[in-house]
Amino acid sequence: MTKVLESRGLNKSFGAVTAAADINVSIEQDSVVGLIGSNGAGKTTFINLVTGYLQPTSGSIHYLDRDITGLTPRQITRLGICRSFQIPQLFQSLTVQENLHVGVGIAARTHPQAGAAIADEQQEIQTLIERFNLRGYRSQLASQLPEGVRKLLDIAMAVAGRPNVLMLDEPTSGVSADEKFRLMDMVMQALKAQGVTVLFVEHDMDIVERYTHRVLAFYEGRIIADGEPAAVLKDAEVRKYVIGDTHAGAH
Amino acid sequence: MRDRTLVLLAAALAAMLAAGFLLPQWINTLTIAIAWGVVVVGMMLMMRTGLVSFGQGLYYCLGGYSAAVLHKFYDIGDILVMLLAGMLVAAAVAAVLGLLMAKYRDIFFAMLSLAFSMILFGLLVKSEQLGSTDGFGLSVRSVAGAALPQGHERFVVFAGAAVVAFVAALAMHRYLASHLGRLAGAIKDNELRVEYMGESVRKLIHVNYVISAALAGAGGALAAITIGHVDPEMSFWTQSGEFVFITILSGTGSVLAPFLGAIIFETVRSFAYEHSPNTWQMVLGFTMLLVIMFLPGGLWSIFQRRREAA
Repeated sequence: MTKVLESRGLNKSFGAVTAAADINVSIEQDSVVGLIGSNGAGKTTFINLVTGYLQPTSGSIHYLDRDITGLTPRQITRLGICRSFQIPQLFQSLTVQENLHVGVGIAARTHPQAGAAIADEQQEIQTLIERFNLRGYRSQLASQLPEGVRKLLDIAMAVAGRPNVLMLDEPTSGVSADEKFRLMDMVMQALKAQGVTVLFVEHDMDIVERYTHRVLAFYEGRIIADGEPAAVLKDAEVRKYVIGDTHAGAH
Repeated sequence: MRDRTLVLLAAALAAMLAAGFLLPQWINTLTIAIAWGVVVVGMMLMMRTGLVSFGQGLYYCLGGYSAAVLHKFYDIGDILVMLLAGMLVAAAVAAVLGLLMAKYRDIFFAMLSLAFSMILFGLLVKSEQLGSTDGFGLSVRSVAGAALPQGHERFVVFAGAAVVAFVAALAMHRYLASHLGRLAGAIKDNELRVEYMGESVRKLIHVNYVISAALAGAGGALAAITIGHVDPEMSFWTQSGEFVFITILSGTGSVLAPFLGAIIFETVRSFAYEHSPNTWQMVLGFTMLLVIMFLPGGLWSIFQRRREAA
């Protein structure tokens, strides 16, 4: 399988606090990877490092064998790595349609791959609205949307860039338990249609188990387990430090 | 589909020309209001981008002085050449200063713009060749090479200003509907997302800043041609404050709003000055207070509310 993303000896410190410690990980094309860990374990830091929001203290990040360490979020997005946010980052005074219009418009003009793929912007917006089931909210202002729909729009905005790698930061946080699976079904189906490598941060282990091919478990900035979901979720350290199983005997 | 704004702009141009024809005693007031309206169209773009300039007088003044310098030192008296010179000089200076301005937001942007306008004020006050605090006069002889008809010079300048305003408003309307124009509102809402979509916020702010300055330059040149005189007060902070006043009074809902706001501002000021020469600023202050309290979205919000209610 083609290696799409790789971090080599990635470290990030904020003063005395280590947010990422010697992270060496390689992600294959078209895989779906879950990032798990308790709050402050380093999951979002990893996303922020890959997408250029943070610069590593040391180490490097490679995308399709190109060193992207030190590039800005804008440059990284243009290369094909897009992201969504834990708190949806929308254009609040614009409608759903206008939000997507901005996203598709930027992608068509600035992303080399997306620019070549997007022939008709209106058609592209329509496709996103259909795929993410946003039809009923098309003319509604982003500030007035329910949380689940805001999450969907946030992800749809990231997908508008026709990413090769998509990083989702807690896509189901703030969404009711009933809606979580419906939301993830819809998102994964929409992404499948586009052939995207997905990394997502998640706290719900049922979601992780159902949708991922591989899981990276973070603890105190380190990756303590890496492998298939069933194996990682049974790992004693993961059970103790991530899932919070007090009876697990980590060594 | 019919473009409603285009129809309204065409109607406004016709109404303006008719007003100038029927009310010759008001022609100078109307021409100045149009010139200021052109400046405020640019301010509106910046405000839509989330930035308020307290130093737009800098470009207004540069536009005026560019036109006047052409007359004083090169004996050029063509309205079109003066107007283009005003726009170009303002845009060129903004292209340079914009490299710095685009890094700042909120009060820092406002104060830095104010600082630049006051630097120009200081330079002009110290410049003997440019008339120091008194400034100097200028006159016009032709428009696009055609001599001005004798006895109708003021009306030709007024009509020319109205056409320039029409073109500026139409161009801004088209720009706001374009991809780059749409991004103005997006930047105001969420810069982080714009960057994460792959667009440079700083570049877009720089572009809008230059457009806004070019319009202020055009407004300054029109004002200088109308008054026949320029002085450093054009760059003084109170001038910039009046542009901010009109922008808030107008609202940012339409490219027509700045002209409506500028005409009302000029009318209120003229009446206040005539009937209350010692306290006319207080009348303007009360006007602003009423607008902020009852029409926080500016005058244009009245029409927007009516449309939404319909």
